[in-house]
Amino acid sequence: MKLEQIEFNLNGRVTKALVKPNSTLLDLLHNELKLTGTKRGCDRGDCGACTVQLNGRAVNACLVLAPQVHGKNVTTIEGIGTPEKLHPVQQAFVDMDAVQCGYCIPGLLMCAKALIEENPNPTAEQIRTYISGNLCRCTGYLHQIEAIKAAAAKIRNDSK
Amino acid sequence: MNEFEYLRPTSVAETLSHLSIYGGKSKILAGGTDLVLLLQQGIVHPSHIIDITNVSELNYIREEDGCLRIGAATRMREIETSELVRKKIPMLAEIAQLVGEIGVRNAATIGGNLVNASPAADSAPPLLVLDASLRARNAKAERTIRLTDFFVHVKKTVLAQDELVTEVVVPIPAPHSGGAFYRLAKRGGNIISIVSAGALLTLKGKVCSVARIAMGSVAPTPIRIKSAEKTLEEADPTPEKIRAAAQNAYDEIKPISDIRASAEYRRDTSRVYVRKAIEMALTRAKSWS
Repeated sequence: MKLEQIEFNLNGRVTKALVKPNSTLLDLLHNELKLTGTKRGCDRGDCGACTVQLNGRAVNACLVLAPQVHGKNVTTIEGIGTPEKLHPVQQAFVDMDAVQCGYCIPGLLMCAKALIEENPNPTAEQIRTYISGNLCRCTGYLHQIEAIKAAAAKIRNDSK
Repeated sequence: MNEFEYLRPTSVAETLSHLSIYGGKSKILAGGTDLVLLLQQGIVHPSHIIDITNVSELNYIREEDGCLRIGAATRMREIETSELVRKKIPMLAEIAQLVGEIGVRNAATIGGNLVNASPAADSAPPLLVLDASLRARNAKAERTIRLTDFFVHVKKTVLAQDELVTEVVVPIPAPHSGGAFYRLAKRGGNIISIVSAGALLTLKGKVCSVARIAMGSVAPTPIRIKSAEKTLEEADPTPEKIRAAAQNAYDEIKPISDIRASAEYRRDTSRVYVRKAIEMALTRAKSWS
């Protein structure tokens, strides 16, 4: 099978990779590039744990073939915030105790970030709908919804 | 996943030339939300994957001759958020929102949802009642296929191996029309419908000059329910008439039992969902402005 040479922007860096066409973006990120923040949950587009931004849009990395990202922008959890300076959605999740086991959190954060970029002032109902594809079996979502609201408010304030 | 060659055309012409060579052994990758799953599960094993996500000429929404023309590779999310769609055919924006959660709608395309030909495709019943057509091309010719003639069986359409669906043409409903779609599923988000029903009514005075009803998940393909349409056509859609139409649906369909529901449950709930769809379509037709 012919390998595909791809070049794409990953978290702000031009990244080259030689990929098997029959591998997914999730395989590429998690297994090849060792960006293990993007989690493999169901591997069939049901759980949202592998959510990343592809050209700014939240998508399931398990449903994207690796060669598809050639020429595109991919943002993963590793591309937002640093341990010293967390992204506002990350900080809000910490502040609001919105994390328990943590497995779903990278996907949820990427989904929340995409939401706030699209809609800087989402209602609780809009948040609920937007994150409905991100399953969390620990928290019951209430703190997460509050955290996303708080993060949106913080981002609105900071941009004033 | 089986091995395959990956092709990345950037134009329709290039896509059609790939299709004319690899035809039935290849698969078109539009959104990938169905295809990548099928590849992962080893259900399909094409020799070539033709990725059309970079064919920008298949991605548009425009109004022309009383229709909305939607490029086949337009994503559900784009249809859902399009001002033009919301204004001209609100029902279409509404159903685009139902096709999976955000991560799926950001990838899934309207053409893909139809070509995949699942009996449960959520965009099919609404597009059937809207009397949509598809434009399909091969390297030599182009043709129009009415959606009512498109589905043949589970996962089978009239599309030839070298043909590509390029456009979905949706007539803008006449004044005093209303449309609605309801689906029964275990929850929201990424879930396959147990039963779904769409209705479109056009009122002329008190009577329905047009009545179209369609259902998903109750037959090998999404289907129009002609007997229910007959009951409502040229009739005053009274609560009794609507109940009779819903009963027609119950009598006409022959659903199967599967992991999601029994045939009996599907028939019973069909009556309810068809009634709800007609009632909402009527309410909307009455408040048309």
